[in-house]
Amino acid sequence: MLVRECNVKFCRRDFFITFFSCAIATFFWFLKQKFAHSTEADVDALVHEKLNGILAKTGKITLDIPEVAENGASVQFTVTVESPMTEQDYVTAIHVFTEGNATPHVASYYLTPFSGKARLTSRFRLARKQHVRVLALMSDGAAYVARREVTVAVGGC
Amino acid sequence: MSEVQGRVRVQRVAYKGEIVEVKTTINHPMENGTRKDKEGNVIPKKYIKYFKCTYNDKEVFRSEWHPSISANPFLVFFLTAIESGNIYFEWIEDTGRVFKKSAEIIVES
Repeated sequence: MLVRECNVKFCRRDFFITFFSCAIATFFWFLKQKFAHSTEADVDALVHEKLNGILAKTGKITLDIPEVAENGASVQFTVTVESPMTEQDYVTAIHVFTEGNATPHVASYYLTPFSGKARLTSRFRLARKQHVRVLALMSDGAAYVARREVTVAVGGC
Repeated sequence: MSEVQGRVRVQRVAYKGEIVEVKTTINHPMENGTRKDKEGNVIPKKYIKYFKCTYNDKEVFRSEWHPSISANPFLVFFLTAIESGNIYFEWIEDTGRVFKKSAEIIVES
């Protein structure tokens, strides 16, 4: 029936139209959110690529990031990896990933035995509340991973 | 925008084998390609992609950056003082521009 029969101002048909248009709008908004930022799966894929078949263990990495970052445009982080940093045993690479930024891969740092200490500090952007993941690759083939959640007051990306 | 210039801080004198802290920064906007200017035009992507540190012709530290690194990239890392000489720092933009800086270190045994 195309002719509006009810006398009430807001009838059932109106309700359905409003309800479904809202639902569709929400659905598209979710899609936009999903594709605008990276997800955990994107980071999983990146980590998998870097690991190249090695099983990553937890531990040895100390990730120092404020739990609540006030300004997402510049968040300072410090990564420390327990390692003697000698010719035989040293950290070859440190990779930093974020699970909710437009570009999930933040940076990769390649160290040598001349580094002396496997520790570095830098600043990154965080778009919203998300997890940060750090992967450390050792010269003996071992890999370590650390994951931390950071709450961001004002996103910056 | 002022000229892009890297700045580095390394201690001048160190003992042989001492672990030296290296502080680096460069004034660069690190445009991630999503920002818009006042007219609504998208500002093209332009960021520093690579950072390299060479100590007496030996590459000791290298890193690869992406647009998630904040503007005016700041980086602190460590080096072992082996011999007196120069430490060269290079920031390479994705457009191919290279920004250079060097620091001198005196190593006492």
